[in-house]
Amino acid sequence: MTRLIGANALIVALGVTVVGLLLVTFGARRQRAEWVEAGYSATYLQFALVTAATFAMIFGLVSHDFSIDYVAQVGSRATPLYYTVISLWGALEGSILFWGWVLSLLTALVVFWNRDRGGKLIPYTTATLLGVGIFFQILLVGPAHPFGLVSPVPLDGPGPNPLLQNHWLMGIHPPLLYLGYVGMTVPFAFAMGAMAAGEVGDTGWIRLSRRWLLGAWAFLTAAIIAGMWWSYEVLGWGGYWAWDPVENASFMPWLTATAFLHSVMVQERRGLLKLWNLNLIVATFVLTILGTFLTRSGVLTSVHAFTEGNIGYYFLVAIAIVLLLSFVLVAGNSEKLTSDGQLEGTASRGSVFLLNNLFLTAFTFTVLVGTLFPLVAEAVRGVKVSVGEPFFNRMTVPICVALLFLMGVGPALPWKAADRATIRRKLLPPAIGSGVALLVALFAGTRDVFALLAFMFAAFALVANVGEFVEGARLRMQQRGESAPLALSELVNANRRRYGGYVAHLGVVAVAAAITAASTFKTEYEGTIKKGESLKIGENMAVRLDEVWGREEPQRAVIGTTLTLLKNGREIATLDPRMNFYPTSQQPVPTPAVRSRPTGDIYVNLQAFQQDGSNATLRVIVEPLVPWIWLGGMIICCGALISMLPVPGAARVRAAARAESAERAPGATTPVTAS
Amino acid sequence: MSSTSRKAATLTIAGVIVAAAFGYMMFGGLESNVVYFLTPAELVARGEGVYDRAVRLGGQVAPGSVQWDANALDLKFRVREGTHEVVVHSKGAPPQMFRDGMGVVVEGKYVRAANGQSVFESKNLMIKHSEEYRAPKDGQMPQEMYKSLIKGVSS
Repeated sequence: MTRLIGANALIVALGVTVVGLLLVTFGARRQRAEWVEAGYSATYLQFALVTAATFAMIFGLVSHDFSIDYVAQVGSRATPLYYTVISLWGALEGSILFWGWVLSLLTALVVFWNRDRGGKLIPYTTATLLGVGIFFQILLVGPAHPFGLVSPVPLDGPGPNPLLQNHWLMGIHPPLLYLGYVGMTVPFAFAMGAMAAGEVGDTGWIRLSRRWLLGAWAFLTAAIIAGMWWSYEVLGWGGYWAWDPVENASFMPWLTATAFLHSVMVQERRGLLKLWNLNLIVATFVLTILGTFLTRSGVLTSVHAFTEGNIGYYFLVAIAIVLLLSFVLVAGNSEKLTSDGQLEGTASRGSVFLLNNLFLTAFTFTVLVGTLFPLVAEAVRGVKVSVGEPFFNRMTVPICVALLFLMGVGPALPWKAADRATIRRKLLPPAIGSGVALLVALFAGTRDVFALLAFMFAAFALVANVGEFVEGARLRMQQRGESAPLALSELVNANRRRYGGYVAHLGVVAVAAAITAASTFKTEYEGTIKKGESLKIGENMAVRLDEVWGREEPQRAVIGTTLTLLKNGREIATLDPRMNFYPTSQQPVPTPAVRSRPTGDIYVNLQAFQQDGSNATLRVIVEPLVPWIWLGGMIICCGALISMLPVPGAARVRAAARAESAERAPGATTPVTAS
Repeated sequence: MSSTSRKAATLTIAGVIVAAAFGYMMFGGLESNVVYFLTPAELVARGEGVYDRAVRLGGQVAPGSVQWDANALDLKFRVREGTHEVVVHSKGAPPQMFRDGMGVVVEGKYVRAANGQSVFESKNLMIKHSEEYRAPKDGQMPQEMYKSLIKGVSS
């Protein structure tokens, strides 16, 4: 019953989506408003149907309905409820279903918020979203059908992949990632809509899609950070990033979207880069599809790639169609894509944005080459290779360092060509800051050139971005006599987009400084110790092995150790690194014990133990500042959120400004600092 | 030549130079940082060129070859595929499930040892994930293997 509801909802949804696409497209071309309206309603129906299928699947999972082949594949009666629900995205078919659901939700929301807005681009935007929807629904009724019948019905299933049921973050990271990935479809759809409607010469589509892009970008940022955190908490190696193809797949669209967030400002301010911005948004979308292709088609081996049959061809065809359509649309609009302005001077914010885009593009290209090279090498030369971490680090660390520097220079420079006095006044405090950072880092023992540069430029960007808040608030305090907190909050409120961006910069500084510190000052200790013995950690700390124990849980067996952390011989904490044995896995999934402090983590992983419990082998990793990576990610998301919030009373002020004369410019509309 | 087109020409030339330098760095970097997946037979067949560069070696742990010194955290074993074998040495504890006959992938470098016999110095020892899942044999289920521990604390 559940199975039939789900399966039929998906088939009907595909039909509705196709009809909706035809209605909005031909309605827009033939100027039949009622067709377009009917097409808009189809998006709501599509959402309802895919929601029904998704709920049917969740119900099937929770009720252990093993007649559904997806449930038989990932379900198990012994799995706790939380992990049963989140196994919705634990394997290929379910993850495509969830993807399709998020897309149908976003499509309905785009239509709901924009259908009454004028302009010809909304019908074509809707058509693009429905077109992408059709792709995922074809997958769902075809190669990734989750509601197949299993006969005879098994009594129990194997449960989800052990790696995916070992930590609560698995309930957070994938939905964030899908919201980010799928969210990138929306700005892409606005771009395609604008091109199809011939409205690409102005910034209308950019304004309409700005919040969508920021939202998707924030989700993608959060997803990448949550993925790093998961890797750190579950894989037991004390690291968080390995340039794994799946990680790269999520990182590439983030890079191009970040480039886009900056380069659209050049288009809005100076009328430049129109073609470039379209290319960036198309590239971002194609990279999300490419990422799904890489992770879902089994062409690359990876920690969490699902290996499956011929679904890869569908993705390749989809990528080809998107590229072809985008090319045709860009070519058809070429005369509207000429620049109407120019940059003023070399030392201006605009040129920093150009450099930022250059580096971010080079970054993306490097990651793309490194990720795809094994595929090419195997196809062309027949050798199995992988591209090691040294390649990625060697190529990307200099780029990251340059980007950190630009992140400090950009906010400090005005849009107009800066004169020497301004440059000196703006860049002196950050330069002093980076000098201090250099001395501190040298004193702390950093000798690697790039690590030193990273610390310097992180400090540079920190001082420059904080400086923008300080300067702006101080000016308000002088001019309006506001108190410091009021001046600061009014400053941010008056230009949320800009100061939200600076908040995000501060988050990036935190992440960059933390990663540099964690990798530069990481120390590892490993040893086999008997019960009652201690393993020394550095100068004054040690862990003592108190107990090796085991317990049986419904879905797994757990072997753990109880350790006491000692500092100068004093007991300061109890740690319990564990190993989890799942019946479906040949090797155990570790649960390392992490003691987190703002200054850094002590990370203890149980490597091995004697069968009689007499001794255990432990690896202890001391990593400074690691929590700041996660915290920095949250700061970045806060920044994006600030940028997204509508300016209070903006509509009212705009209306007032229209009604009266242009010279009236109170409160919210006038940035207080000269920019 | 007008000033704008000269500017454009300068920019283009600068762009080409930067792109070329970047491309050179990238493909040079790829050449020296690619890690080959090799079997013991392929490793030996490669001859001189294989020494001191990053390799992933895949095969089976030769039964009876494991020498583990728990105090020094020193591990020696042979990786076998067919009739070819390579001696592997690694520092640090092997994974808990490591044992004779299982599929492994070791990451490291093939190094000439003093006595003439070459050794694969492993930096990272991984259990090979076999594509197909096979149920553990009787007595190898963790619940049974570690029964004494699980009983030990029955809280």
